[in-house]
Amino acid sequence: MAILEVKHVDFRYGSGPWILKDISFSVEEGERVAILGPSGYGKSTLAKVIAGYLKPAGGEILWEGKPLPATGFCPIQLIYQHPEKALNPRWKMKDSLEEAGVPSEEVLTEMGIQEKWYQRWPNELSGGELQRFCVARVLKPETRLLICDEMTTMLDAINQAHIWNFVLAYAKKHNMTLLAITHNRYLANQVATRILRIPELNHVEVDQSSL
Amino acid sequence: MADMRLRTMEKAGGPFLNHRRKVLLIIIGGIVILAGLCLWGLLMDPSRYAPNYGARLLAPSFAHPFGTDNLGRDMFYRTICGLSTSIQIGLLSALVSSIIALILGSLSAVFGGKLDTVIGFLVDLCMGVPHLILLILISIAVGGGAAGVIIGVAVTHWPSLTRVIRAEVMQVRSAQYVQVARKLGMSNWHIAAKHIVPHVFPQYLVGLILLFPHAILHEAAITFLGYGLPLDTPAVGIILAEAMRHLAGGMWWLAFFPGIALLCMTQLFDVVGDYLKILIDPHSARQ
Repeated sequence: MAILEVKHVDFRYGSGPWILKDISFSVEEGERVAILGPSGYGKSTLAKVIAGYLKPAGGEILWEGKPLPATGFCPIQLIYQHPEKALNPRWKMKDSLEEAGVPSEEVLTEMGIQEKWYQRWPNELSGGELQRFCVARVLKPETRLLICDEMTTMLDAINQAHIWNFVLAYAKKHNMTLLAITHNRYLANQVATRILRIPELNHVEVDQSSL
Repeated sequence: MADMRLRTMEKAGGPFLNHRRKVLLIIIGGIVILAGLCLWGLLMDPSRYAPNYGARLLAPSFAHPFGTDNLGRDMFYRTICGLSTSIQIGLLSALVSSIIALILGSLSAVFGGKLDTVIGFLVDLCMGVPHLILLILISIAVGGGAAGVIIGVAVTHWPSLTRVIRAEVMQVRSAQYVQVARKLGMSNWHIAAKHIVPHVFPQYLVGLILLFPHAILHEAAITFLGYGLPLDTPAVGIILAEAMRHLAGGMWWLAFFPGIALLCMTQLFDVVGDYLKILIDPHSARQ
């Protein structure tokens, strides 16, 4: 049975143009799916809709056959492209990391998080270091589906490979489902067992005058 | 690399008076001066500025640094006492005003919709009417005197701070780290206490301190125009209004020193507020 079902989802901001139209697909448990497409096709919006950050204007998202729970630790977690926005600039790194409980020792060592970073502020660490904290704080047994929205786009190749390697290994070990959102065909081929192309998923009418 | 630089910095220790400490010293100094003025005026023996007909209209000297007026009252002690009254009134009315702003701004940001529209309309309404006219009307309507001034200043100075607080609350509520916290299962209470209040409170504090000079100047203005404090209280507005009558006679010191003192005090509040802003802004806090 599919663990995540996206059924005929539509979305637009306010009364603006439609961004997502009639998107349907499903994901099996333990699968690694990549959503691939160029910029401006609504990939990030789709990620936010699936993770419950935005409410779809039409259609529904089903998690194990039911709508997502509104409170409590969400089984679907989203990792953003911009770690510096996902961390409170007024909190030391340790507080952000442990907001929802201390991550396991395995995650901390494998993500290469050093203890001397704990007492620093977010603007004292690099993007790659911040992203490790963002990933580590959601790698918990309660997280069943991890959506990585261009998770490593702004990092150098070494950090990119390092973070992805660990996330893939963790997903395999804990049977966590992965949904990778990217514009990078090579990355999609590398990490996913199935690739969905957003231009084929999204049935939005493209306004010809804007092209 | 970064580690090495850090270590060398620690070894060097840096100058004791770094930028942050200097700013902190200026703020503490400003607050001490203002608190001292306030206490000095509060605890002063009224006989210090009692009429003394043997010493009328004296020019500034060592015995009377600010001179004396036509009743022989020492202008130095009267001015200090007037500044103290101004600080007390400014403190009380700015506090009330800022609490109104805090409540309306938060309600506006949290509930949005119709309530936001209504509060936005009230803000525009209050900002659209010249402050001084509104102030005079309110302080006469509630019976004048010190209570009239305090209520008048308190209910007219909230609009701009309301806008600031509304914007800050809205910004932090939609911040990604707050949305992430919600998805991590954090309660509304946790988010309000740990994310929203620490973000909004510093802005509120700076807004509150920057309200003082406004409140004090408006208090002096309506007192000067005769709609404020009773004539027998030593207040800067009254001193300046009385001095007007003697300026043409060459008694410059009656207006000069109290006016300068009022200006310096409001500037001091501005300095404290601005430096506090520098100190608590996370972008400049670790310079």
